Amino acid sequence: MKLVVCVSLVPDSTTKIKIADSQTAIDTAGVAFIINPYDEYAVEEAVQLKEKNGGEVIAVSFGTDKSRDAIKKAFQMGADKGILIKSPVPDFDSYTVARNLADVIKELSPDIVFFGKQSIDFDGLVVPNMVAEILNMPSVNVVTRLDINGGIVTAEREIEGGKEIVTASMPVIIGAQKGLNTPRYPNLKSIMASKSKPIEERPQTYTGNKSEVFEMSLPSAKGKGKILEGGAASVPELVKLLREEAKVI
Amino acid sequence: MSTSNYKGIDYYFIDDMLTDEEKAIRDTVRDFTANEILPVIEKYNQDMKFPFQIIPKMAELGVFGPTLPVEYGGMGINNIAYGLIMQELERGDSGVRSFASVQSALVMYPIFTFGSEEQKKFWLPKLASAEKIGCFGLTEPDFGSNPGSMITRAEKVDGGYLINGAKMWITNGTIADVAVVWAKLDGKVRGFLVEKGTKGFTAPETKGKLSLRASVTSELVFEDCLIPEANLLPKSGGLKSPLMCLTQARYGIAWGVVGLAMACYDTALDYSKSRIQFGKPIAGFQITQEKLAYMVTEITKAQLLNYRLAQLKDNGKMRPQQVSLAKRNNCEIAKIIAGMAREMLGANGILDEYPVMRHMNNIESVKTYEGTHEMHTLILGEDVTGLPAFE
Ligand SMILES: Cc1cc2nc3c(=O)[nH]c(=O)nc-3n(C[C@H](O)[C@H](O)[C@H](O)COP(=O)(O)OP(=O)(O)OC[C@H]3O[C@@H](n4cnc5c(N)ncnc54)[C@H](O)[C@@H]3O)c2cc1C
Repeated sequence: MKLVVCVSLVPDSTTKIKIADSQTAIDTAGVAFIINPYDEYAVEEAVQLKEKNGGEVIAVSFGTDKSRDAIKKAFQMGADKGILIKSPVPDFDSYTVARNLADVIKELSPDIVFFGKQSIDFDGLVVPNMVAEILNMPSVNVVTRLDINGGIVTAEREIEGGKEIVTASMPVIIGAQKGLNTPRYPNLKSIMASKSKPIEERPQTYTGNKSEVFEMSLPSAKGKGKILEGGAASVPELVKLLREEAKVI
Repeated sequence: MSTSNYKGIDYYFIDDMLTDEEKAIRDTVRDFTANEILPVIEKYNQDMKFPFQIIPKMAELGVFGPTLPVEYGGMGINNIAYGLIMQELERGDSGVRSFASVQSALVMYPIFTFGSEEQKKFWLPKLASAEKIGCFGLTEPDFGSNPGSMITRAEKVDGGYLINGAKMWITNGTIADVAVVWAKLDGKVRGFLVEKGTKGFTAPETKGKLSLRASVTSELVFEDCLIPEANLLPKSGGLKSPLMCLTQARYGIAWGVVGLAMACYDTALDYSKSRIQFGKPIAGFQITQEKLAYMVTEITKAQLLNYRLAQLKDNGKMRPQQVSLAKRNNCEIAKIIAGMAREMLGANGILDEYPVMRHMNNIESVKTYEGTHEMHTLILGEDVTGLPAFE
């Protein structure tokens, strides 16, 4: 099986985000970057499939030189080869990412392409489906279970308030959701083996963002909590506030 | 995958000096500690049990004998990465780190260094995969700091060696499949492999510990215990052999206790920023800040000491006395930091909801074993003056 996993590098989820002076990007000074957590489910699924059925796992990342770290993490988890599509500057939108990934995926012609369902930095949730659209491939996103039988995949995906079972024929694009598997700790053996795995560097093939960031701002600070001090007598007031102000019941 | 917010302590950007592999190894063990040790350790500590279920997982991770060559089940990693493993395991618990130290530095190392090719081929891969567990018996009831006067004897008889004597305070003794036992043969200290179940060998567990509770500590008793001739470690000879093992283990301890100190500092820093007294966080009082400044300074110094020690070890230049300096210093500051952290948490500091009192108790063992503070002082004293003051 030829399996491609698309991985990206994102700010660590515990980072205290600051907006850069440009007001259109975050200030990356002192920010630690990690592989996008949803991509870990994608890598794990691909590596498990390889371990079961043989084949190879190729990790592909679009980004600046820094994105090598995402590929290296995929290596440590068991991916075999890497391709970095190198963008000279971190100025790209989801469409540019999707177009560049699509070019490489087309050439590799894999059986399955895995993505994390979304990147936790911009939360666009669009790249897997864009790539599918560009390549005219079926895609299933937010997948929590995957079975393969012959050339057909059966995927369980989360939908609002429930689950949906979808089948699709390979080649197919799968967006991994938490719960698809338990990503492994890279062990020392695979960390040491990852040193000799090759990362091929390719130039960006498409430029031409379809969107532009005008302004970035932090979410407004949470308002102060309210305490009703009248004991049981305040319950009607509490219910009223929950319904009308908090709008949770 | 990481489930914790802990990002380590790195005041001097020491990460910049680490290679990608060293960082990856550190991070994977850090995740392991967060996911496998921290959620269960307080209970095991309270129950005075070792969390056995994590042993196969540690083996799968590759932390047993990782500096040994691949052909013997090792990973061929350098000593910086090895030290970082010890640091992260001990941030979890000294008992868990002790398990790894004993298996790697006190069992696999002597078999690798003093063993025959057959012994190496047979034991090392099994110890790396934790299919077999080992222990190291040097200390005796009457000889701790002064192991050279040990009473345990081996005698050459038909069919092997007859061992008589007793060892005390032996980590993993009761659960070990093989004990590396140091005994005098014709007046000279030699190493022997004694397998579990050998007639005349028993290993009762030591009860009533108030420190290192999540670790098995035992007595080893040998009563006319006959072991095969092939179980002598052929290249061992003299007290120097077990002392070489101790140098390895002390090296790991020097790194390990920094993890312990980091856990205490991290907890105290967090707590002091959120605990409000007299209308402000206690971290805002100068006396608290004095403590935090001490902690972060001493942790940083210890990290730098370890890093340089690792370089020396990797270059083959490390002297045992340099290991004594790091073991002595780092245990001392870890003990002070654990105590400070406990005080800063006030009454909460005595609860098992926080790790500090467990660490505070554990450091008492770690500061004692592998040479007490005083012994390392005398080692350094002799080294700089040329005048031994042991007797
Ligand atoms: C939890 C635990 C696990 C252990 N695991 C192992 C193990 O796996 N294998 C093993 O072989 N041993 C193990 N030990 C034993 C440990 O190495 C010894 O306890 C240690 O070497 C000290 O020996 P002792 O307890 O006999 O103390 P003693 O040697 O009796 O020392 C008592 C005190 O006297 C001081 N002292 C002694 N001599 C001098 C001197 N000349 N000048 C100044 N002060 C001196 C010491 O510093 C100490 O403060 C373990 C110990 C503990 C607590």
